[in-house]
Amino acid sequence: MAEKLLRVHRLRRIYVWELPVRIYHWINVLVLLVLVVTGFYIGNPLALMSGKEASEVYTMGWFRFLHFAAAYIFFFNFVFRIYWGFVGNKYANWKQFIPTSKAFWKELKTVLKIDILQMKGDKEEREHLSIGHNALAGLTYFGTFLAFLLQCLTGFGLYASMASWWFPKLFTWVPFLLGGDILTRQIHHWTMWFFILFAVIHVYLVFYHDYVEGRGEISSMGGGWKFIEEDFFKKNKSHTPNPES
Amino acid sequence: MSKHKLSEEKWFEQPTYYDEIRFKGYTRRDFMKFASMMAAFIGLESSAIGQVAKAMETKPRLPVIWLHFQECTCCSESFIRSSHPIVADILLDKISLDYSETLMAASGTQAEAALKNTLEKYKGQYILCIEGSVPTGADGVYCMIGGKTSMQILEEVSENAAAVIAWGSCASNGCVQSAKPNPTSATPIHKLVKGKPVIKVPGCPPIGEVMAGVIVHYLTFGTIPELDRLGRPKAFYSKRVHDTCYRRPFYDAGLFVESFDDENAKKGYCLYKVGCKGPTTYNACGVMKWNAGTSYPIQSGHPCIGCSEENYWDNGRLYQRASSFAGFGIESDADTLGKYALGATGVALAGHAILTNINKRKDINTLTAEGEAGDVDVIE
Ligand code: HEM
Ligand code: HEM
Ligand code: SF4
Ligand code: SF4
Repeated sequence: MAEKLLRVHRLRRIYVWELPVRIYHWINVLVLLVLVVTGFYIGNPLALMSGKEASEVYTMGWFRFLHFAAAYIFFFNFVFRIYWGFVGNKYANWKQFIPTSKAFWKELKTVLKIDILQMKGDKEEREHLSIGHNALAGLTYFGTFLAFLLQCLTGFGLYASMASWWFPKLFTWVPFLLGGDILTRQIHHWTMWFFILFAVIHVYLVFYHDYVEGRGEISSMGGGWKFIEEDFFKKNKSHTPNPES
Repeated sequence: MSKHKLSEEKWFEQPTYYDEIRFKGYTRRDFMKFASMMAAFIGLESSAIGQVAKAMETKPRLPVIWLHFQECTCCSESFIRSSHPIVADILLDKISLDYSETLMAASGTQAEAALKNTLEKYKGQYILCIEGSVPTGADGVYCMIGGKTSMQILEEVSENAAAVIAWGSCASNGCVQSAKPNPTSATPIHKLVKGKPVIKVPGCPPIGEVMAGVIVHYLTFGTIPELDRLGRPKAFYSKRVHDTCYRRPFYDAGLFVESFDDENAKKGYCLYKVGCKGPTTYNACGVMKWNAGTSYPIQSGHPCIGCSEENYWDNGRLYQRASSFAGFGIESDADTLGKYALGATGVALAGHAILTNINKRKDINTLTAEGEAGDVDVIE
């Protein structure tokens, strides 16, 4: 194939994800993986080694231990992220997750149209840009945070009856509110599927953005940088949040 | 064995439990055994045995009204099979029960008169025990006794009760009658009785010793036992069946019965995978066991069905751990649904990826055209 002359953009490097956000993110990925795998086992243990004596093995015991250890890390990591939503940079701010302005709703519509449904849209819509995460991503993460909360409430609610530390005991009201452990446990199990579906779509969309926009979306959760075309700032095209403000 | 003698007027006044126990021919030794057993059941220290014995010796027996609404009488059955004969003989005998449709000798007008008498004579003192739920649908006509609906009876009788005991899952949480679609609007007692302590003693049925323990506690201390947030006595319902299960080491080891007739079942492995609800059920089965401590379901090779938990009928299947999803077939659970959702997501993402590539090709063509025209971003 003949060599192609592509148009060259001048890029500006923007530090989007601060180190604490990145550490939070990867701890979260790791710990969620552990929670889902161990959760599946707890929910429906495989018939692994039925030949052994009970005194020789502690399989369920270990899976549960891992689940609870990961659960603590997950919880405090999550609490940390909420805190960072108030002290971190503007891309990490809590306002990025909750529709607080008209612009948020407008961008939501645009992202749905252009990125998800792949419709044409007008010129302005096509050239929209979100430097942090876009409005739809933000809102989805907000939903994810709610699911985190639900999972922590039901998880610690179940854990309360087996724990001796005061902290899990703070959650005894959860199963009582839901009318018992049976339902609490099922809700805990159903919510897991939300995380699985979220992770699949999320990873796909991260790759998608990198793939079509070429702004370093994938690597941004590694180094924190994104690369944005200079003329966006020059022509003051629509973008959120404005890094110069 | 010397017969315990009662003066005539004392007998017609208010005999104590001890009087009645001796009158029935039990020895003091029998009585002390019973007192220590009860003290142990209700979680008291051994020093409190004397307290239990003293209460039974000195306090007049509790007036008890025992009502039967929408139920199967398994609670009464369980009570009279409680391990110590004194429980059946004294606590539940016709002497103790001023009114109980099932166990009293009287019937018809006589019975109604007995109820009325007790209500008047022991106003504010009697314990109201209720077996069964109250159907509130169709103005309560699904359960009528002596021309009155159970709603009316409950209202009348609970008004001046000192405390209310809701026996069994029916009275505590509605049990099977309240399972979807709950055609009679079966309602548990705590939702209907307001402003009175309601002690829930769930289970289908509850363990006889637990029932006796609740009554003896009230008798000894004159107060209701300590309850948890759901209104159940902590002494019996603060531990999961799973926490006191003798098969627990197999659970922790990951050794499970896969089907009821397999090799693992013969070895006595954990019943988790054949639907055991022990990990989500609060009851004393593993400790007290049933039928005078003979056995309990798990010991007999059957998984716990969670009979003492609210909504256990609707919240799952008896022999599977996960519940089915209404409208998706009875064999489908959350995981089946999840797998379909995952598949659908995969298909949607693949479609999206194809469209994306078509669009990306267009973008590259545009950039190529612009590049060939010598177009670059210039910064001044
Ligand atoms: C279990 C898997 C994953 C979960 C649960 C997850 C979760 C999240 C969450 C909650 C955020 C919001 C971050 C914030 O607080 O601002 C986020 C952002 C991000 N994640 Fe993940 N992530 C997962 C896997 C991945 C992977 C494998 C990658 C990349 C290779 C990735 C790349 C990113 C990027 C680039 C962002 C920022 C982009 C944006 O917010 O629009 N994630 N992820
Ligand atoms: C956020 C990700 C999490 C996922 C995906 C997850 C998943 C699961 C699953 C699938 C089960 C088995 C449920 C069943 O079918 O019976 C389970 C059990 C359980 N989880 Fe989680 N969980 C998560 C977080 C937590 C947290 C934060 C806690 C808090 C301590 C927790 C505590 C528990 C407990 C106590 C059980 C029951 C274990 C037992 O009874 O032996 N989980 N989890
Ligand atoms: S048989 Fe049931 S209660 Fe016993 S250890 Fe297994 S799951 Fe728990
Ligand atoms: S083992 Fe479970 S189902 Fe059986 S009686 Fe006890 S609580 Fe009820």
